[in-house]
Amino acid sequence: MKILVMVKRVSDPNVMIRVSADNSSVDLNNVKMAINPFCEIAVEEAVRLKEAGIATEVVALSIGGTQSQEQIRTALAMGADRGILIESEGPLESLTVAKLTQKIIEEEQPGLVILGKQSTDTDNSQTGQMLASLMGWAQGTFASKLEISGEKINLTREVDSGLQTLSLSMPAVVTCDLRLNEPRFASLPNIMKAKRKPLDVKAAGDLGVDLTPRIKTLMVETPNERQGGTVLGSVAELVEKLKTEKGVI
Amino acid sequence: MTILMIAEHDNKSLKEITLNAITAATQIGGDIDVLVVGENCGSAAEAAATISGIRRVRVADHACYNGQLAENVAALIQTLAGDYSHIMAPTTTSGKNILPRLAAALDTSYFSDIISVESADTFKRTIYAGNAIETVQTADSIKVMTVRGTAFELAAQDGNAPVEVVSEVTDLGLSSFVSEDLAVSERPELTSASIVISGGRGMQNGENFSILEKVADKLGAAVGASRAAVDAGFVPNDMQVGQTGKIVAPDLYIAVGISGAIQHLAGMKDSKVIVAINKDPDAPIFQVADYGLVADLFDAVPELEQAL
Ligand SMILES: Cc1cc2nc3c(=O)[nH]c(=O)nc-3n(C[C@H](O)[C@H](O)[C@H](O)COP(=O)(O)OP(=O)(O)OC[C@H]3O[C@@H](n4cnc5c(N)ncnc54)[C@H](O)[C@@H]3O)c2cc1C
Ligand SMILES: Cc1cc2nc3c(=O)[nH]c(=O)nc-3n(C[C@H](O)[C@H](O)[C@H](O)COP(=O)(O)OP(=O)(O)OC[C@H]3O[C@@H](n4cnc5c(N)ncnc54)[C@H](O)[C@@H]3O)c2cc1C
Repeated sequence: MKILVMVKRVSDPNVMIRVSADNSSVDLNNVKMAINPFCEIAVEEAVRLKEAGIATEVVALSIGGTQSQEQIRTALAMGADRGILIESEGPLESLTVAKLTQKIIEEEQPGLVILGKQSTDTDNSQTGQMLASLMGWAQGTFASKLEISGEKINLTREVDSGLQTLSLSMPAVVTCDLRLNEPRFASLPNIMKAKRKPLDVKAAGDLGVDLTPRIKTLMVETPNERQGGTVLGSVAELVEKLKTEKGVI
Repeated sequence: MTILMIAEHDNKSLKEITLNAITAATQIGGDIDVLVVGENCGSAAEAAATISGIRRVRVADHACYNGQLAENVAALIQTLAGDYSHIMAPTTTSGKNILPRLAAALDTSYFSDIISVESADTFKRTIYAGNAIETVQTADSIKVMTVRGTAFELAAQDGNAPVEVVSEVTDLGLSSFVSEDLAVSERPELTSASIVISGGRGMQNGENFSILEKVADKLGAAVGASRAAVDAGFVPNDMQVGQTGKIVAPDLYIAVGISGAIQHLAGMKDSKVIVAINKDPDAPIFQVADYGLVADLFDAVPELEQAL
């Protein structure tokens, strides 16, 4: 079975971003970029399934600018076999990303597609669900445990009220939550080896998908900043303030 | 405008966050129908019928909706979608599971976790862990979205709407429910509690959370946690507050042994009053806290409990 794993290039999740002066977007000039942490978990899971003899090949797909090749290389260094970049200079909406991915799936015929549960930049949490819908496949979102037996996946999901376990027919789409695994660090030899692995680049415009945006971003603004308050000397003082000054207890 | 709200429920009862989402729907305006999908969900549908200002409740009750499987529920909503201009759900793991799937099936845009309604086609939502807010607009004829509960007031429950049965059964057979392991707690729900006390890595282990629970019991509070505390296995995943966990905005949030990483702040910085208890005076949590105590939590928390 082949696994397709999706990796997205995002700003480093630990970097505080700034809104651009004209309030049209987020200023990503000179911001350190990285692979979306949830995608790292997705790659790790795919590679483990290959190491366990369940998957035969792991293909890493990213959709974005030329520089997204860096994130594909990261996936290759972690153990993916080859990469595909669908190159697009402008930002693409999730539904478009899902439609472009559908084209790759039709070509590659994977038995399983693994994505992150959300991107740490847009915080959308939607691409996997959209893709499963377009394919008419089963979906397992927010996965914290995945077991494959035969043509079925036993999948445990992190839900608001605890954990839910589902049985999914394959082919399927799975999105990873934080506790699915702990991604490995790529070793230097593997980083070197990854440079020689095949990476195919396709132009988004050539895949027969309408790329016209349907969502208009009218404005991007900075939320109201919270001001730090006072450091108090004692628990008694804290209780007093909460009771009389704020009236919250 | 005609709006379909997907109710959040556990078959027996309606979850309060549905009432927050209804307020967002009211701000869009027009008729509002509430859809209850589940198995043996009659009492949840009855509870939904009491929501003020709605036109009717539609209920789809069938074994194939056990576990609210995204494939079957999205397919069901798709059969009803032609009647509506907006299809909404509260932002929960269920809403986030089902609605993007629906949006793709309808070939329409989806807005995740909106925090404000600007007009019937324009909404605000946060991006980059709450460090920016975008205003987004679409001309698509059906608008699909999830609604952040903490951003909207609760709708009232003094109505008596008719309940109509949806007879379509959409069993795609792609997935099936196996089991669930639900958190049982007598305390209020994290996302609707008016006071939340959360513990982080500083708690050292799961047993030590009992000192937070004692304070919670005195205050009628819910107990939350940082990702570090969940990853370390101190407490279960449903307690995680943050960008990738639950978003809370109580009247009072008490952060204990939590450093204040941006991903944690994204989940609690809209709280009215924030208290931080941390032994490190340079912990970033103090930059957002109204009141801070630089103290060892194992002294300060029991002392707090005594003082209440
Ligand atoms: C400056 C800038 C502005 C943007 N503005 C907008 C905007 O206004 N509206 C808008 O809709 N989009 C915008 N985008 C595009 C957006 O960042 C996403 O590429 C797109 O919306 C799909 O990802 P998501 O965040 O919805 O994914 P999510 O659904 O949050 O991500 C889940 C998973 O899907 C996979 N995935 C998602 N996208 C990709 C990808 N491109 N390549 C590989 N895997 C992927 C990953 O595995 C990821 O973990 C903008 C991008 C940039 C750089
Ligand atoms: C993709 C991604 C998503 C994430 N999502 C989330 C999320 O949703 N929610 C979340 O919380 N985090 C999230 N994180 C993790 C986040 O970056 C931090 O790692 C995490 O919040 C740290 O948890 P903490 O504050 O408990 O631990 P630490 O940062 O280790 O802080 C522990 C604190 O406890 C204090 N302390 C220790 N002992 C005592 C004592 N005896 N008395 C008083 N104080 C004490 C220390 O001074 C320290 O400040 C995410 C990270 C990534 C990359």
